Amino acid sequence: MSACLDIRGLSAVLPNGQRVLRSVSLSVQPGEVRALVGESGAGKTMIGKAVLGVLPKSVRIVEGEMLIEGEDLGRLDAKARRTLIGARTALIPQDPLTALNPSRRIGPQMTDRLVRILGWSGERADKRIRQLLNEVQIRDPERVLKSYPHELSGGMRQRVLIAAAFAAEPRLIVADEPTTALDVTVQKQILRLIAQLQRDHGTAILFVTHDLGVVAKISQKVSVLYAGKVVEEAETAQLFAAPQHAYTRALIAATPRYTDPYASLKPVDESVLAGLTAEIAAADKDWRPGHG
Amino acid sequence: MDEARIARRGLSPRLWLAGGWLLLAMLAAVFAPLIAPQDPLAQDLMLERLPPFWLDGAEPGYWLGTDSLGRDLLSRLIFGGRIAFIVAFAAATSACLLGSALGLIAGYFGGWADRIISRVVDVWMAFPPVLFAILLVAVLGTGLSSVILAIAIIDWTRFCRVIRAEAMSQARMDYIESARIAGYGRIGIMLREVLPNVLPSVVALLSLEMGIAVIVEAILSFVSLSISTDDPTWGSIIAEGRLSIHQAWWVLVFPLITLILTVLSFSQFGEALKARFDPVLR
Amino acid sequence: MPRAVRKMARIFIQAYGHMLLQRFLVRLLTMLVTLFGVAIVVFVVIRVAPGDPIAMMLPPGASDDDIARLRALYGLDKSIVQQFFIWLGGVLHGDFGTSISLRQDVLGLVFDRLPATLELATVALLMAIAIGATAAILGARSRGTAVEAGIDIASGATLSIPDFLWGLMLILLFGVLVPVFDISGRVSPQLDLPFVTQFYLVESILRLRLDLTWDLLKHMLMPAVALALPLAAIIAQLLKQSLKEVLDLDYVVLARVKGFSETQVILREALKNAALPTLTLVGVQFTFLIGGTVIVERLFSYEGLGNMAIDAVINRDLPLIQGIVLVFALLFVLINLAVDMMYALLNPRLRHG
Repeated sequence: MSACLDIRGLSAVLPNGQRVLRSVSLSVQPGEVRALVGESGAGKTMIGKAVLGVLPKSVRIVEGEMLIEGEDLGRLDAKARRTLIGARTALIPQDPLTALNPSRRIGPQMTDRLVRILGWSGERADKRIRQLLNEVQIRDPERVLKSYPHELSGGMRQRVLIAAAFAAEPRLIVADEPTTALDVTVQKQILRLIAQLQRDHGTAILFVTHDLGVVAKISQKVSVLYAGKVVEEAETAQLFAAPQHAYTRALIAATPRYTDPYASLKPVDESVLAGLTAEIAAADKDWRPGHG
Repeated sequence: MDEARIARRGLSPRLWLAGGWLLLAMLAAVFAPLIAPQDPLAQDLMLERLPPFWLDGAEPGYWLGTDSLGRDLLSRLIFGGRIAFIVAFAAATSACLLGSALGLIAGYFGGWADRIISRVVDVWMAFPPVLFAILLVAVLGTGLSSVILAIAIIDWTRFCRVIRAEAMSQARMDYIESARIAGYGRIGIMLREVLPNVLPSVVALLSLEMGIAVIVEAILSFVSLSISTDDPTWGSIIAEGRLSIHQAWWVLVFPLITLILTVLSFSQFGEALKARFDPVLR
Repeated sequence: MPRAVRKMARIFIQAYGHMLLQRFLVRLLTMLVTLFGVAIVVFVVIRVAPGDPIAMMLPPGASDDDIARLRALYGLDKSIVQQFFIWLGGVLHGDFGTSISLRQDVLGLVFDRLPATLELATVALLMAIAIGATAAILGARSRGTAVEAGIDIASGATLSIPDFLWGLMLILLFGVLVPVFDISGRVSPQLDLPFVTQFYLVESILRLRLDLTWDLLKHMLMPAVALALPLAAIIAQLLKQSLKEVLDLDYVVLARVKGFSETQVILREALKNAALPTLTLVGVQFTFLIGGTVIVERLFSYEGLGNMAIDAVINRDLPLIQGIVLVFALLFVLINLAVDMMYALLNPRLRHG
């Protein structure tokens, strides 16, 4: 059985030629949660956007392949790719405050993919959405569906977005730092909710985050990203037990622990970063698209 | 930021094209008696409706043909430029001075001064400008100074609105406060600190307004309300061309091209100057 | 808990509905002040007129007595302030006086011609929105490509050329070079018109006389295009800019991930939110467009209010000029009021607090 998502040797550049992704390879098996962890600017969100075909126009993919359930996105024309992504994937966005259209009611925003892309009847979509709202523990679906986004709290909006993401039974969900923009208390609930729905629906998730604490809670496998390069890949438990790469060790050392919050307030070790940067710069020198 | 820089680079050739045309047209207007091939007023019924030089039946010396009274079109266009540019400079400058002064006062002092001036601007905006111009010239009597005065009376609001908004945002900034603490008077502060900052917008508007003034003058002489009907103006040539459009299309085409080039050049020139002088874009 | 929330929401909407009303009343008051100002300006401009309107009404050789009697009849012997309020009182009662050149009631003349101008301006506005929005959507769809650059250059140039020159160009192109459209009049003179109102276009559609509709549109097309083009260019530029800003927002990205095409994304998600800033501008620009009808109607001999206004000025028909200018001013402030209210109603954030 082919992987749910398979990325092979993906490289991308900015208009000035600077590389933002460096031969990234990773795969997500059906029903698996793969965390993609790294500091801001490491390119983790870029990978998610590349998979979903919503990279900014300035970023250009120069080599590599992306396969969703064995179908090579690069070989499809724009329309087929869009339909495939719409039917089999979904996105849980980072900021629930900006991810809903302020001038449309919640209801149509949740059902529009089911009806207009997947061709469901309005009734079926409506029923499905109510079921999902129940699953994300929204007690008053009637009011929520009729609301405009600004009438709901951040946590409520994120629940709505999660429900909408799972509604079409996608095979793969890209969760792009789904808890970062929320209050700490809400973060935990939302994380638990995503884990719950993931288990119930058996959906594979590519979980983009900078927070190793979140990684430990939700994922089975981890890819550690630095400057657009995967520096380590492992089972989650193994990564924490025996980190192989110096950067991973530094990242773990810099992560707050609930047992000892004060010991953790130090940045990632400078010398480790310096070594990595030099290594990457050396590799860049010899790199040509297609030969990397 | 990137976009602005690209836009500025793209504007440079436009600045040269626009400036080039305006310079050419202005020089032609200034030296009209020297370069016009014919007397613009000389009628000759033997020479009526001569076509431009590349068509059959054209006469040498009448490059762009003649109108229904046998007057040389090129010479009339060159002399018409004199009135067009006099009106453009005089009317736009007057409107600019009046509007900028009121705009500065309203924007910087605020309060009742602002309220009164803004109300007057509102009233002015409720008039259809072309009708207002026609009405004013009808009341003031035709003639060059009436046309200039009418345009200035109507279009000062353009400057006033822009300058008022800019002066208001400038007046709120810290450096105005520090200038006041340093002991400058209000008027001094206004001239010293606000004026240089609003200058790019004023320059752009001024250039744009010159184009508008040329059009308004053309419209006024099109409805025979500009200056005396004998003197050639671009608008009166167009009015003549509109009447004989089926017999002599060139009488309409050439003044039209002249007007379009002039108006486009004024607006592009203004945009380019603004981009060059704007401290934020630079 | 939800009931409490709902109750609070209702209170909020009531409070905000009150705010809307308040906004409306404030605007209405401002509008009346503006109109009063317009009346003063019109009165002053016309009384400053050096030509004596009475002298023009009388045959040459009228005696001083005749002149004095007529002055008294028109109230010209009173003080200027008294004259103003007498005149204003008449205006408020719908008495705009009698046209000197046409010897008819001014208000009747104005209302006879106003529909023609309104129809022309409305058709032009619709064309401007259609052309401008299409160009904006096209440009936003293909942002960063040669298509967008082309639209930028075209709209920049279109914007700089005023309606007067567009009208002349259209006359040359489609009246002379390829004579496909009529370049003069409102309707073909040989046609029999069954209309009872002056809204010919509306009435021809209602009566299903589509042959007449077609003839009217054929006459209207070129002046309407001349009026529409500069506004279309402004709409294209502004709407494209706001569309591009909106298209980078998260909810638009989410819509793309859902599988919607770029065109669907623009039409369903982006257009409404991007249109709001454009709407305010279109309101102001629509008044400029109506102002443009004065000369464009003249250019195409279209029998509207503007064309009559120019005749009135040339004939020094002061009562008629007054009436026309006041009607234009009323139209302008009403449009601004309507746009302001529409803006408040369309903005869901304002509407729901």
